Amino acid sequence: MLATSADFKDNSTRALQDKGLHKALQAARVALPAKRAAAVANLPEFEQLRDIGRDIKNHTLAHLDFYLETWERNVLNAGGHVHWASTADDARAAVLAICQRVGARTVTKGKSMVSEELAINEHLEKHGITPIETDLGEYILQIRNEPPSHIIGPAFHLNREDWEESFRKVHTQLPADRVFAERRDIMSEARTLLREKFLAADVGITGANFLIAETGSSVIVTNEGNGDLTQTLPRVHIVLASIEKVVPTLEDATNMLRLLARSATGQDMSVYTTFSTGGRRPNDLDGPEEYHVVVVDNGRSAMIGTEFQDMLRCIRCAACMNHCPVYTTVGGHSYGWVYPGPMGSVLTPMLIGVDKAGNLPNASTFCGKCESVCPVKIPLPKMMRHWREREFERHLQPMAVRTNLALWAWVAQRPALYRLATRIAAKALKLLAGKNGKFTTLPLASGWTAGRDLPAPEGDTFFARYAAQQRNQA
Amino acid sequence: MTQTASRPRVALFVTCLVDLHRPSVGFAAIQLLEAAGCQVEVPRAQTCCGQPAYNSGDRATATAMARAIIDAFAGYDYVVVPSGSCGGMLSSHMPHLFDDDPNTRARAQALADKTHELVSFLTDIRGMTEVAASFDGTVTYHDSCAGLRELGIKTQPRELLASVSGLTLVEMTDPEICCGFGGTFCVKYPDISTRMVSDKTADIAATGAGTLLAGDMGCLLNMAGRLSREGSPVQVRHVAEVLANMTNDLPAIGQVRP
Ligand code: SF4
Repeated sequence: MLATSADFKDNSTRALQDKGLHKALQAARVALPAKRAAAVANLPEFEQLRDIGRDIKNHTLAHLDFYLETWERNVLNAGGHVHWASTADDARAAVLAICQRVGARTVTKGKSMVSEELAINEHLEKHGITPIETDLGEYILQIRNEPPSHIIGPAFHLNREDWEESFRKVHTQLPADRVFAERRDIMSEARTLLREKFLAADVGITGANFLIAETGSSVIVTNEGNGDLTQTLPRVHIVLASIEKVVPTLEDATNMLRLLARSATGQDMSVYTTFSTGGRRPNDLDGPEEYHVVVVDNGRSAMIGTEFQDMLRCIRCAACMNHCPVYTTVGGHSYGWVYPGPMGSVLTPMLIGVDKAGNLPNASTFCGKCESVCPVKIPLPKMMRHWREREFERHLQPMAVRTNLALWAWVAQRPALYRLATRIAAKALKLLAGKNGKFTTLPLASGWTAGRDLPAPEGDTFFARYAAQQRNQA
Repeated sequence: MTQTASRPRVALFVTCLVDLHRPSVGFAAIQLLEAAGCQVEVPRAQTCCGQPAYNSGDRATATAMARAIIDAFAGYDYVVVPSGSCGGMLSSHMPHLFDDDPNTRARAQALADKTHELVSFLTDIRGMTEVAASFDGTVTYHDSCAGLRELGIKTQPRELLASVSGLTLVEMTDPEICCGFGGTFCVKYPDISTRMVSDKTADIAATGAGTLLAGDMGCLLNMAGRLSREGSPVQVRHVAEVLANMTNDLPAIGQVRP
């Protein structure tokens, strides 16, 4: 996927003019936080659970090599295969090699953000293999040839009308008066077509919400059941998982699951939670003949030991973006790459480079809502500030910004001069505003006055008035 | 230190926006603090809390400014700030600027521990439960982000506002969502910021309140500017102006005395 994160500002300007997007976002920004709030209110120990979640992840990250090795051993014991991929290229090559070895022509896919990160679909297509997205949102996006705009609701930017329109393009046998009042109606229709694909596919690719070290299992959660069909019907199941997905024990995984669905969709549990341990054993009724896990680093291990390590706690629940006033104003595509919203603003510069996405962490008001809802308590604003520090150190900000900041800082560190400068500014602004009490345009402040007036100050500064008052009292 | 149980020495951290834009909020703060039995001083060496530098990634400048603040405010019993944002800078962020410098870290922590946002100081530390003020009208209150999420300010202003005679508070659908100010955010991303503040003003208008209150000048100027651009009749004030009973003599933000 070509990253356009550097164009965040232009992307967002376009997004702000998109009426359909606005409608979709306005609906979601109210509904999703309300659902999470209701789920949290129903679980009195939710706050403690967040601490537990944070601690499980911190512990695992502190001993990541140990848990990954333990996990690998247990996958092998269960008859599975592990492929370590330090780069995106390595991961793509590993997936392709498996598909080619088994002569795969079609591949069904469950929803996976790592697969987006690796651009697996494009890679398979280039080599004559057809990937078929089976998550309904992803399925619609594949028809529309669009990337996801959200990490759990890929078609977050679309309205029901858009779904229906795209859907009819492919399902042309449907009568024109067939009503799709609900997403469910579209889903049941999609299933008729997808069933055949599930049965015909040679390989099924899924992501993983967790890898469990003590059992060598991978875990996925879905609401549509498509993930289960993807991983049990084809002969070969490939799991794509990044290194930070591992947790030590089954009990840890269940604690994390208690956090995940509540934070994501406000459900107590997702509809389907599936644990896969190795391929089909002799007495199993179903399951794939081969079970492979491609474990992807792709820049993550470089975060360990840095101020960005905490970001590896992320369980991809999307609460931070669902609650983000910037994300829910500009939508996910504005962020220009796979991961949008607050978590994306921290992760993207790490994964594709600060030169390509170093601006994303600026697009935050630091309102702190994301951190307050994050199930593993990632201090997202703090990490965005760390990125700004790196950007500042590397002189990546526009010269005018740096000069203004330097000038202001120089004055602000000289209280007497500062008193004088602020006094002149306050009086001048008051005088210029005159009877209006406000400015509707102002040179050097056009960003502000494009959308709002600038109220005029009272007149003299506090310090001038306070000094006068003290003199009068003396 | 000269703290007596009854009259603590309180240093007022004025904040740059109150100093430059709305000095009356500083005087309202002094009046409220005195009513709460404090002896108030205003250290002259103060300028700005350093957030513009800190949030722009200029840690060196933020650290230098923090040192000056730590010096200027040593020796008081409390430091009180009429802003959740600047208050949060002093009490939540500043100590971490010195994580590599244990001596200054300790002094920064001492400052952090005695720093409070104005309204929460009045209620939580001084035990104030009511004010002698009247205000004839309906108001709505915006919870500024740093005050709410860094300092836990939510009930305190509402509790004191409830004691203002004649005042009725009506809540917005979502008083806690960011107004889009965000310091330099509003000039770096003016289009996004404008959309955010427009969502906020729509929520304000829907309450039918005649006056909007909040505890942070940055947010107030942002929302006042947008309301004014929309031609809205809603008046905008810092909550301290109402609590200090100043509203009869002081025009609302961006208004001029007729
Ligand atoms: S950063 Fe936190 S809130 Fe955001 S997706 Fe990750 S776990 Fe969820």
